Amino acid sequence: MKLRDMAELAVRNLRESILRNSLTTLGVAVGVASLVAMLSLGVGLQQLASSRLTKSGLFDTVFVSPSPRLGVRGGAAAASSPPTPVRLLDEDARQEISKLPNVIEVFPQIRFPTEVRFDDKPFPTVVAGMPLSSKLSGAFDGMNGNFFSSESADEAILQIEFAKELSADTKSLVGKSLSIRYAERQQLEDGSGGFSIVPKDKKLHIIGIVETEPASGFGGFGNGRLLIPIGVAQSLRAAQVNDLRDVVRGGASKPTYASLTVRVKSTANVDEIEASVKKMGFGAFSLLDASKSLKIFFRVLDLLLGLFASLALAVATLGIVNTLVMAILERRREIGVLKALGAADGDIKRLFFVEAGVMGFAGGIAGVILGWLIGRALTLATNIYLKRQELPGVEISSVPLWLVLFGIGFAVVVSLVAGLYPASRAAKLDPVQALRYE
Amino acid sequence: MTPTIGPLAIQLDRVSRHYTLGATAIRAVDDVSLSIAGGEFVALLGSSGSGKSTLLNLMAGLDRPTSGAIQAGGKNLAELSSLDLARYRRNTIGMVFQSFNLLPRMTLAENVELPLRLAEVDRAERATRVAEALERVKLEKRAGHRPAELSGGEQQRTAIARALVNRPKILFADEPTGNLDSATGESIMNLLLEIRSSLGMTIVMVTHERPLAEKFASRLAVMGDGKLLRDGAIAGAK
Repeated sequence: MKLRDMAELAVRNLRESILRNSLTTLGVAVGVASLVAMLSLGVGLQQLASSRLTKSGLFDTVFVSPSPRLGVRGGAAAASSPPTPVRLLDEDARQEISKLPNVIEVFPQIRFPTEVRFDDKPFPTVVAGMPLSSKLSGAFDGMNGNFFSSESADEAILQIEFAKELSADTKSLVGKSLSIRYAERQQLEDGSGGFSIVPKDKKLHIIGIVETEPASGFGGFGNGRLLIPIGVAQSLRAAQVNDLRDVVRGGASKPTYASLTVRVKSTANVDEIEASVKKMGFGAFSLLDASKSLKIFFRVLDLLLGLFASLALAVATLGIVNTLVMAILERRREIGVLKALGAADGDIKRLFFVEAGVMGFAGGIAGVILGWLIGRALTLATNIYLKRQELPGVEISSVPLWLVLFGIGFAVVVSLVAGLYPASRAAKLDPVQALRYE
Repeated sequence: MTPTIGPLAIQLDRVSRHYTLGATAIRAVDDVSLSIAGGEFVALLGSSGSGKSTLLNLMAGLDRPTSGAIQAGGKNLAELSSLDLARYRRNTIGMVFQSFNLLPRMTLAENVELPLRLAEVDRAERATRVAEALERVKLEKRAGHRPAELSGGEQQRTAIARALVNRPKILFADEPTGNLDSATGESIMNLLLEIRSSLGMTIVMVTHERPLAEKFASRLAVMGDGKLLRDGAIAGAK
């Protein structure tokens, strides 16, 4: 019999005992729903973690530090070799790194202590310069106020805890001004390579308040409680820790950077950039390995969630076996008639297979929809809770196309396996006995 | 039209069918040899338990003999595989049962179409052949009805249409009038006669009603205790 005819007969047969078959299909649907809901949570959490970490720039970033060598160091061999000049992490180095293939941007990490004057009161804190690209890090999602309008704008974003020090009503700070007092490095003109420290003031306009401190991994601006555009931070020429090292090294005719952050196009380029930077004589570090470990963790989590959820589907398969065995008893005579009319054992077997498959397919579709709804409900409940905690909402479940196809396909395959025994039993029925059955 | 008697349609050579029921051996068919020519209308007559239905099932390929050979269409049914036996039932024979055996959830047209589905006949041709078969049994206007909406006679006519739709060479009928009143039974027998005449079909019918057999069949084979007791043409048969 052709598949289309077989499917028509199967659907007709299933409609005949609509209640029982619907309940069996519902059992499959519940099994698939639990599977899809569990896996959608696993996928959703993985996507959430990945997107947050990717946005944070931790995994597509190489952190560059000055040469690890301060003059000559190492063992006897190193001591005996002629000293090579130490490469400075200065503007020339920054330009050279930015010209490497697959590099998006290179920016220095500028942090310095300051005293904020607000409402005629002093507040000591740390200023951090931030590139405009940090807006995509996710740390500024749902912030109160706005992000920097440009790299050279005299604007400041306050970290919430620092803002609380300035005023109990933190929201009222947006739109107001503050001034910072910092130590500016001024190069001496006597050619000694030394510099003098001069106190300076800078007025900044408060444009926003951020809930969490933006993180940028190793040596990042996690400690900054007053954030300003990187362009403004550079223009201030504020004295930093590495300035003292420059003097020790014999005087620097131009300022160097404590470290540089290199953003690359994708995580796939991190290794090559890291190697290139090391070849230039600088230290380089990335967190790519941590990302790989994270993927393995979520794979294992998905597997465990899937295994637990599959138990529900396994129970549902027993329902299919039961329904089809009952159908054989009820339709014994019909099987006899079909055989008398020329149906081969294979036709009967395939007919029951198709019936099991149709139940699996329908249960799979219903289960995917149900699983998606459960995922949405969990996301909704989570977001209600987060909102009450005054935290931004998250998407904790995700049903990608592969999960839809997997859910339906798995239900069909499991149903077919469940149909193996009943189909085989139906096919083996003796037509003479079956025709006598009342 | 008088049917033409042709070459052998089916030949049984020392066919036996034994069952074991616990410790008891039952010889349902015991060493039966019978030759049926094409176009014959053979009535297998016998009391209940005489083995006539078992013999019919063996000839219809629904059962296999314990010993002996059943030649049909140049093949020994006893040696055919399960799949080939199904093909034989699908393409060579048609079957009519005492209890009609129509599928209750299907309409008459769908019931009649069933053998064509099994034979994988194209849909367009199926519709034509179903219409022809229902017209032959004069039920073309009831095509969309379900069996429960029909009388016993109409249901049996539908079963005959279903048996004919694949254009078989042999029609096996197991007590086709057993569930019908005598008038309706006669009309069914007349329909079988008409089919035999117009299509030249071989008919083998099991019955326990001697008058009916003698009135409509061309040959009478009497069974008793699994054996063929008598076999001969009926004088003055139609």
